[in-house]
Amino acid sequence: MQLALLLQRTRFYRRNNEKSCYPTGSQFHGGNKLIPGPFTYHPPSSVAEAIAVLAAHGDEARPLAGGHSLIPMMKLRMATPEHLVDLGAIKELSGIRADGADLVIGATTTQAELIKSDLLAAKAPIIRETALQIADPQIRSKGTLGGNVANGDPGNDMPAVMQCLNARYVLHGKGGERIVAARDFYQGAYFTALQEGEILVAVRIPTPAAGHGSSYEKLKRKIGDYATAATAVILTVSGGKVASAAVTLTNVASTPLFAEEAGRLVIGSACDAATIKRAAEAAKAITDPATDGRGTAAYRREMAGVMTARALVKAFARAKTGA
Amino acid sequence: MNDMTPAQREARLEGVGCKRKRVEDVRFTQGKGNYVDDIKMPGMLHGDFVRSQYGHAKIKKIDTSRAKALPGVIAVLTAEDLKPLGLHWMPTLAGDVQAVLADGRVSFQNQEIAFVIATDRYITDDAIQLVDVEYEELPVIVDPFKAMLPDAPVLRPDLEGKMTGAHGPRKHHNHIFEWTIGDKEATDIAFSKAEVTIKELISYHRTHPSPLETCQCLASFDKIKGELTVYGTFQAPHVIRTVASLLSKIPEHKIHVIAPDIGGGFGNKVGAYAGYICSIVASIVTGLPVKWVEDRMENLSTTSFARDYHMTTEIAATKDGKVTGLRVHVLADHGAFDSCADPSKWPAGFFNIVTGSYDFPVAHVAVDGVYTNKAPGGVAYRCSFRVTEAAYCIERGMDILAQKLGMDPADLRMKNFVRREQFPYQSALGWEYDSGDYHLAMQKAMDAIGYKALRAEQKAKQAAFKRGETREIMGLGISFFTEIVGAGPSKNCDILGIAMFDSAEIRIHPTGSIIARMGSKSQGQGHETTWAQIIATELGIPSDDIMIEEGNTDTAPYGLGTYGSRSTPVAGAAIAMAARKIKNKAQMIAAHLLEVSEYDLEWDIDGFRVKGNPSRSKTMKEIAWAAYNSPPPGLEPGLEAVNYYDPPNMTYPFGAYFCVMDIDVDTGVAKTRRFYALDDCGTRINPMIIEGQVHGGLTEAFAIAMGQEIKYDEMGNVVGASFMDFFIPTAVETPKWETDFTVTPSPHHPIGANGVGESPNVGGVPAFSNAVNDAFQFLGSTHIQMPHDAWRIWEVGQKLGA
Ligand SMILES: Cc1cc2nc3c(=O)[nH]c(=O)nc-3n(C[C@H](O)[C@H](O)[C@H](O)COP(=O)(O)OP(=O)(O)OC[C@H]3O[C@@H](n4cnc5c(N)ncnc54)[C@H](O)[C@@H]3O)c2cc1C
Repeated sequence: MQLALLLQRTRFYRRNNEKSCYPTGSQFHGGNKLIPGPFTYHPPSSVAEAIAVLAAHGDEARPLAGGHSLIPMMKLRMATPEHLVDLGAIKELSGIRADGADLVIGATTTQAELIKSDLLAAKAPIIRETALQIADPQIRSKGTLGGNVANGDPGNDMPAVMQCLNARYVLHGKGGERIVAARDFYQGAYFTALQEGEILVAVRIPTPAAGHGSSYEKLKRKIGDYATAATAVILTVSGGKVASAAVTLTNVASTPLFAEEAGRLVIGSACDAATIKRAAEAAKAITDPATDGRGTAAYRREMAGVMTARALVKAFARAKTGA
Repeated sequence: MNDMTPAQREARLEGVGCKRKRVEDVRFTQGKGNYVDDIKMPGMLHGDFVRSQYGHAKIKKIDTSRAKALPGVIAVLTAEDLKPLGLHWMPTLAGDVQAVLADGRVSFQNQEIAFVIATDRYITDDAIQLVDVEYEELPVIVDPFKAMLPDAPVLRPDLEGKMTGAHGPRKHHNHIFEWTIGDKEATDIAFSKAEVTIKELISYHRTHPSPLETCQCLASFDKIKGELTVYGTFQAPHVIRTVASLLSKIPEHKIHVIAPDIGGGFGNKVGAYAGYICSIVASIVTGLPVKWVEDRMENLSTTSFARDYHMTTEIAATKDGKVTGLRVHVLADHGAFDSCADPSKWPAGFFNIVTGSYDFPVAHVAVDGVYTNKAPGGVAYRCSFRVTEAAYCIERGMDILAQKLGMDPADLRMKNFVRREQFPYQSALGWEYDSGDYHLAMQKAMDAIGYKALRAEQKAKQAAFKRGETREIMGLGISFFTEIVGAGPSKNCDILGIAMFDSAEIRIHPTGSIIARMGSKSQGQGHETTWAQIIATELGIPSDDIMIEEGNTDTAPYGLGTYGSRSTPVAGAAIAMAARKIKNKAQMIAAHLLEVSEYDLEWDIDGFRVKGNPSRSKTMKEIAWAAYNSPPPGLEPGLEAVNYYDPPNMTYPFGAYFCVMDIDVDTGVAKTRRFYALDDCGTRINPMIIEGQVHGGLTEAFAIAMGQEIKYDEMGNVVGASFMDFFIPTAVETPKWETDFTVTPSPHHPIGANGVGESPNVGGVPAFSNAVNDAFQFLGSTHIQMPHDAWRIWEVGQKLGA
């Protein structure tokens, strides 16, 4: 559910099954004016300090990263945190580095920085390819990887890519550090494994095999739009046949989807038309998209198939050529 | 000036025909424009609306006590507070009434219910959350085709028993008017005798002009002087002042309406809105300035939708493709109140331009306006009143006819164009087209785009598609539109009884520089640039020495404002006529200075010279000095003139647009490969501004045709009223535009100019839509409704088994 959908549902939109007369109550009025309610701003300089501030205010506090998902929701008063804990000044949260077998990306690393990174371009080009399809340059210069994956909006592109890469999220809270796999992190629209008072500090990505092929195919209405449907693919090829493959989907259910079956189906094939078609069907089968301005549920499900087919073909071609 | 060649003197003026850079851009590109929201006054308060969450409901109770208790809140106005002033309802431009604040009932979602006034914008919006409204839901109608069913709920109980409206009898409690024109009997006969006919429901969906700057105003009432000052985003500031005076009973001379820089209008800023009334009342009540600024969602969902026309279109023709009759019935969805902005006697605007560029011997049009639970408006979104609907109707209709006849749509158009020698041409629906050369324009366009080769390519692609070799299909969209703009002659055009003239006042200072003021009001069209160019050519004073001012009702002459491409045809004509008055007087002064008779003088670029003796001359600059210094005996000093111009006819710009489109049937994604636009707007005052206007209008047309929509669900919820969903293309999606022109000067306009700002929107939409339709024809499709967003195109492909 994108911001737009949420907005329709809460502000102007009622579903058929709702009872016909509301009790009076502020949350049901029209007239939210793109102007946020009052809040207190906290700029901690360390993770420990940030966790302390979050702990002090419980569910009235929210971390603030690039602000490009949170602030629009606050303007519409769909989110009304009383305390904003700005992670921007915490140096340890930012940066991209190789750490043994992993690539480690700090939570407040911006999408623009992901695009600029030579390390990522060489080792996991799907990240750059995806980041370039997020929003527009202005938003990418503020929006962070951590915010994008912690947000829990199924429209965000990075969660599916992180699932495709089998990344792990490093979370810090009062009780110390926890690691949660991206594939286990998402529970529903805006519901994640992140607990109250926890901060995502970094994303750990097992460096994909050299020579792998990848692709992120995203269908959208225009620049700045969330996906109508999108598919991430990472695969390796050996002897002209797919040796391993991961397929994940964006914005065709209330969470990103790990299309295990689709990935399994292409293994051992040369991505011939019939196999691709079967994989696309398998991907479609696990989707549950909503009808919205991007199209009907039927269309969006179909597009998940089309994007999957195209991403597989592209990733396979790239793996062979090494591009 | 004698050391310059005539060409250099001409060029120095930067007059008509010059690609002069826009003077207003110096401030706009540096962020130094002065818009309403930039204006701040001491003690200024902020007003904002509590709006309805329902499409149709009774209001059982409004409790403002919690809001009023919030520190910083000054007042909360409801209909009860406006009642004693008689301002809880307001008259509309269309002869209806509209609730300023909901009077016991809401009739569309986001309708204004209460106006909260507080010391700052944040408090205003905090207080809005604290106003408690109790509703009782009522059944909703969003589909105009259901509005006049016998058991349809009554949407306007305030009109109960009034079976006659502003435009004649009402057939049903949700009916607003029926407007007919043309010869019904003769048309019916033409159809009964026709060899070939087509009939199709062609819908033009509801959309919105959505200018970059939303509607806003700042009202300040001075209790001591009894004077009201209103800064606002007004396309027609003088009319707003008159309306404000009539409603508030404040004498017109004590109202100062000022439209500062405006960030786009496209029709959105013609009407009078609840926000204006409420901020004025709030300022009178509080004695402090009150500002109201619409947000984007309010703009899209409340002030002025456009289109929502459902046109059942029939064309009769002979077997060989000569049209013999046109019959159109329109179901017009006007929303909850009829606040369409049309000239008062034209409830369906100039929809009767629907015969287009074709020589229809007979035609008949009937338009039924109906109420629904949708926002009121019905503005002319970058078009003269309902002209874009008409152009879409006929251009789609001609393509459908061509398909039925098995004829090429370009050939069909060529065969039926009004011929050059037929002008002035009397259309079957009552207009006198002043000029045109349609065949020339069409041929030029077809040659430029390479029409024949494209059709051949399309054929080959279709065959490849059928063989399963490609999933891409190709469409070739044609639009040949004729507009009617420049409202208008007082004989048939007025707004609230005020004839639709326009005005200019030009004053030359002693040193030969100029200030000129007009009744028009630029919203980005570049009037400060082009108006100066007209004066420069007429009076021989360089454009850079001419200052143009619009929008201040205290200083500018009365005019009806800028919309419907009327500025150049009407105000532009007034400018030329005022300049000519000055020129006449200048000639007398020059004659006096040169001691010859006026008749011995001739105009020469920038002054007068003695016929046969060009060395004896006086420049306009010298004449200006003399006008203040040594005017001829008996002639009053000074050099200025005013002209109020009542145009003898409308102007009829036209154009030929071609769109080449490639469609991926697997995703429904359509890519515009080429778009060629040939415009004939008569005399071209500033070719660069024309090109800019064409680019902007085509971009809007592209948006409208390919997805821009204000949609309602069956519960009356407006969906997609934010830029997340409302399609505003970026530079990435926008096709590359190829522009071209022919020049057929208007015979009745002083400088032959027709107006162009709206042509690309009017002509662009049918070109895009025809391209989509053309692409699917070979698979058996006849008509595909707009908008053509990817998912809808994909559905078409699915249905056709593609
Ligand atoms: C016009 C527009 C178009 C967009 N298009 C796209 C698009 O196509 N694809 C896409 O993926 N995104 C899109 N976005 C969203 C954008 O990428 C956001 O920047 C991103 O979703 C959130 O990152 P942020 O840093 O801005 O986070 P914020 O907005 O600051 O935070 C988002 C949420 O995550 C939480 N959070 C942030 N950081 C952390 C952390 N380290 N630990 C715990 N919780 C945290 C916040 O509390 C908040 O709940 C778009 C945004 C806009 C305004």
